[in-house]
Amino acid sequence: MKLIFEKSKHGIKNDMLPPLDVPEVELPTMLQRKQALNLPEVAQPDITRHYSALAKRTHGANDGFYPLGSCTMKYNPKLNDEMASLPNFTKIHPLQPVETVQGALEVFALAEKYLCEITGMDKMTFQPAAGAHGELTGLMIIKAYHTAKKDFKRNKIIVPDSAHGTNPASASMVGYKTVNVPSDENGCVDPEELRKVVGDDTAGIMLTNPNTLGKYEENISEVTKIVHDAGGLNYYDGANLNAVMGVVRPGDMGFDVIHLNLHKTFSTPHGGGGPGSGPIGVKNILEPFLPNDHPVQETSGKFNLMKPEQSIGRVKGFYGHFLVDVRALTYILYLGAEGIPHAAKTAVLNANYLMEGLKEFYKVGYPGICMHEFVLSLKDIKKETGVTALDVAKMILDYDMYPPTMYFPTIVPEALMIEPTETESKETLDEVIRIYGEIHETIYSDPEKVKSAPHRMVVKRLDEVKAARQPKLAYQFD
Amino acid sequence: MGRYSPITTSDQELMLAKLGLSSIDDLYKQVSKDLLIDGLDIPSGKSEMEVRQIMTDLAAKNKVYRSIFRGAGAYNHYIPALVKQIVSKEEFLTTYTPYQAEISQGVLQSIFEYQTMICQLTGMEIANASIYDGATAAAEAVNMTMTRKQNKILISETVHPMTIETIQTYANSVNNEVIIVPQKDGVTDVEKLAAMLEDDVACFVLQQPNYFGQIEEAEKIGALLKENKQKFIMSINPVAGVKLKTPFECQADIATGEGQPLGLDLAFGGPYLGFLAASKEFLHKIPGRIVGETEDTEGKRGYVLTLQAREQHIRRERASSNICSNQAHCALTASVYMTVMGPEGLKDVARQCYSKTHYLADALTQIPTIELKYPGEFFHEFVTTSTKPAIDILEKLDEENILGGYPLNETDILWCATEMNSKEDIDRLASIVKEVM
Amino acid sequence: MKNPENLKYSKSHEWFKELTETSGQVGLTFFAQEELGDIVYLTLPEEGDEVAQGDVVCDIESVKAVSDIHSPVSGTITKVNEALLDSPELVNEAPFDTWLFEIEEITAKDDLLNAEEYTKFVEEEA
Repeated sequence: MKLIFEKSKHGIKNDMLPPLDVPEVELPTMLQRKQALNLPEVAQPDITRHYSALAKRTHGANDGFYPLGSCTMKYNPKLNDEMASLPNFTKIHPLQPVETVQGALEVFALAEKYLCEITGMDKMTFQPAAGAHGELTGLMIIKAYHTAKKDFKRNKIIVPDSAHGTNPASASMVGYKTVNVPSDENGCVDPEELRKVVGDDTAGIMLTNPNTLGKYEENISEVTKIVHDAGGLNYYDGANLNAVMGVVRPGDMGFDVIHLNLHKTFSTPHGGGGPGSGPIGVKNILEPFLPNDHPVQETSGKFNLMKPEQSIGRVKGFYGHFLVDVRALTYILYLGAEGIPHAAKTAVLNANYLMEGLKEFYKVGYPGICMHEFVLSLKDIKKETGVTALDVAKMILDYDMYPPTMYFPTIVPEALMIEPTETESKETLDEVIRIYGEIHETIYSDPEKVKSAPHRMVVKRLDEVKAARQPKLAYQFD
Repeated sequence: MGRYSPITTSDQELMLAKLGLSSIDDLYKQVSKDLLIDGLDIPSGKSEMEVRQIMTDLAAKNKVYRSIFRGAGAYNHYIPALVKQIVSKEEFLTTYTPYQAEISQGVLQSIFEYQTMICQLTGMEIANASIYDGATAAAEAVNMTMTRKQNKILISETVHPMTIETIQTYANSVNNEVIIVPQKDGVTDVEKLAAMLEDDVACFVLQQPNYFGQIEEAEKIGALLKENKQKFIMSINPVAGVKLKTPFECQADIATGEGQPLGLDLAFGGPYLGFLAASKEFLHKIPGRIVGETEDTEGKRGYVLTLQAREQHIRRERASSNICSNQAHCALTASVYMTVMGPEGLKDVARQCYSKTHYLADALTQIPTIELKYPGEFFHEFVTTSTKPAIDILEKLDEENILGGYPLNETDILWCATEMNSKEDIDRLASIVKEVM
Repeated sequence: MKNPENLKYSKSHEWFKELTETSGQVGLTFFAQEELGDIVYLTLPEEGDEVAQGDVVCDIESVKAVSDIHSPVSGTITKVNEALLDSPELVNEAPFDTWLFEIEEITAKDDLLNAEEYTKFVEEEA
């Protein structure tokens, strides 16, 4: 398929603006760029065909089963998109007088109120742009807290060895050293192992519950207490909240600061990799450190923006991904008090049902009841046939289906992590079981077919080594 | 009550039976009883019709101005119908990050096209697939320049205050020092800058045009930094970037900027778009996703996420940035906008913004007591100062459904005019302001 | 590929070749490059860096992984193989002939394994 630049024809221009109606003023020549500006010159009919073709080569949650573990690819409600397109949301300038954007500030305030109730936290900021950004913000707040208490020796963050890569990466960005705590044979944090690594140099721990293996951390209250007793704070990575929202609350488990992924749990669309939204919820002790421009409701009832007393500053321009938050609020209003736990419980039911059906064919990494996701290990299959988790994932593509997450968490060899979410029907799950069973058969009867998959996509396997050794990151114009 | 799940009560019974469980709550038996909550204190679920009404009522509490003359980091530009239509395609909206390359060639190619366009706009050799916004793009660029021996950051006083604050917040957490280079007559004081270029300074951050709309001596600054050992980070407005000397021409090492003007709604501040481009030497330090061109096993051209070993999911604590989700859909919007407008369309936007802003400036400065605060060239924003309070002007304009310039303090206003402001709009604004004075 | 007899080995899969009593070269073993897969990029230490045995001095990337490279001995880095920055694949093609850096003023080098010990160590690990 051609690139848009390869469809360009010199001289084509789409008329968008009226002619200039004021006297033209020229920018002094010596300030002007001499370097070429090669952008596509394509007429609208051809532009629309180009992007239609690209859309056909794109597979969304709208197109089929999307069981990416830890991503919660649930249905993206269309009402949310419509609300995020209302002109009175899209056409307001962030620096308008506060009196003229009371509705926008109320969106933030309502979302804060409902999400604090759902998570058991006291205050919430929507400034962070994504989950990782939320982690960064939360860790900065933890650091500010300890610094304010003149507790300067706390320079370590503990993470389980099953943690998502953003956790240690965020810790490094805030100048913390990461200490790994090994998971036990059930895939959970071992309180005894944890006791060995906590000390007066512990700034905090980053955890998710359920964890990245899809297991509920039974000892969670004990774990958070161990960290608190050592003087550290507890950070909750909210990526897996879909399993427990409305059933249990991280705030009740002993967490001091959490982030949410609205583009996972709260149905906002993934967009090919963003924009997400990673709000941070905190307990009252951390409220003074929240980022600048925090929406609050004054005693008069009016909404305003304020800077918390010991604010860490700001982590980006303006107030956060407002239109994404509009979508999330719409979703919360629709689901409501009963719908939220119902979604969580159904997600967990779907995952267990699917796991039950698949375990006939594939080894489950951590047997027993799972939460919203579970991990398969293809280690034995690789040993017996040479077929890897990657090969199986590529084979799944040939069924027009999106594969599960591969090779994560890193502690499970040849991992495939599966999260169906609550918006899959029983019929879809039964079909998935049937297909995965068929693939299993093919692994043993025709392993070469699996190793050379995919066969039905617009491209075969791509040379990633060449892409890395000879990087070509932009089209070269003559 | 609102539900999206297709699982019916009878499905649930069948599924539980298969699992040998009698109730859905049995799935949570590992959860200690004292943590199970009794219900949520939030409103009951509602029908779509009711939710629509609630959200529409909230929206109605916001005022949409008929004319906007305010920029200061968020700009009112014309967004073609085709842009909105293309980016709302469900495939683009609901697809995941393109880790599975073979089924994601559409997304990957669109990112490759975006990267190419950003390289063209900035003149730089390589670009990534986006950062959260202009402020965080600048902060990530700063991080790219930190070395063991160089950990001080110089930023011009004329950079957008929110960008300065973001860089400062990022720097505080790792005890890197941020030093502000003062301004003189509304632009960076280059003499002072030269005197501040110590060996332990890693970089200097400049915004072009700057926060006040003034055009900086970027080429001179670039040459100065090249002679010394500091890296030059230039944060540009993409519309002005169509006309002004590119970061490449100014010898910048890294170019960043806020991409909101490229087809994204004002949207009360987000989601916006940070772009980042650099010279090839930074290839292994660039944060975030990058798409590269390659071939498949049959020699067919294709696209993949590449150099992933830079990123958090592989490097973990050794990653220089933790960024995972970025602004993919906003980057798509920007590239569709740049495609629909084309180079001539963008030059037209820049031309109109420049001319109309100068027309506005002339009209305003003809009014008694209103003066331009700074001498020197400006692009599509400028600051006026007056002996009369800014608030009087802005309140009167507000009554007429006009959002005037941004008040920087009691007397100074930062104005902006774009292609969206007609001559009539500008004349009307000027006559209203004249009445006030 | 057999582990050459004339080299010494660390448990982190680097080989060490003596040039003189107090200087030598360091590279990666066949096992190391095989575990990594196709190498796409590596960093190198700086000339003049003083390192202790076991210190992480640089790292090496494949498409899907990154690994630390440790110095198997203590000393001062004197030369680095800059050609590898453009052609990292040489480490895959000829691991025992491709040196990463040279090191002098060597102090600690006694704990290194010989070829037989290293071969056994690798077998046990896998």
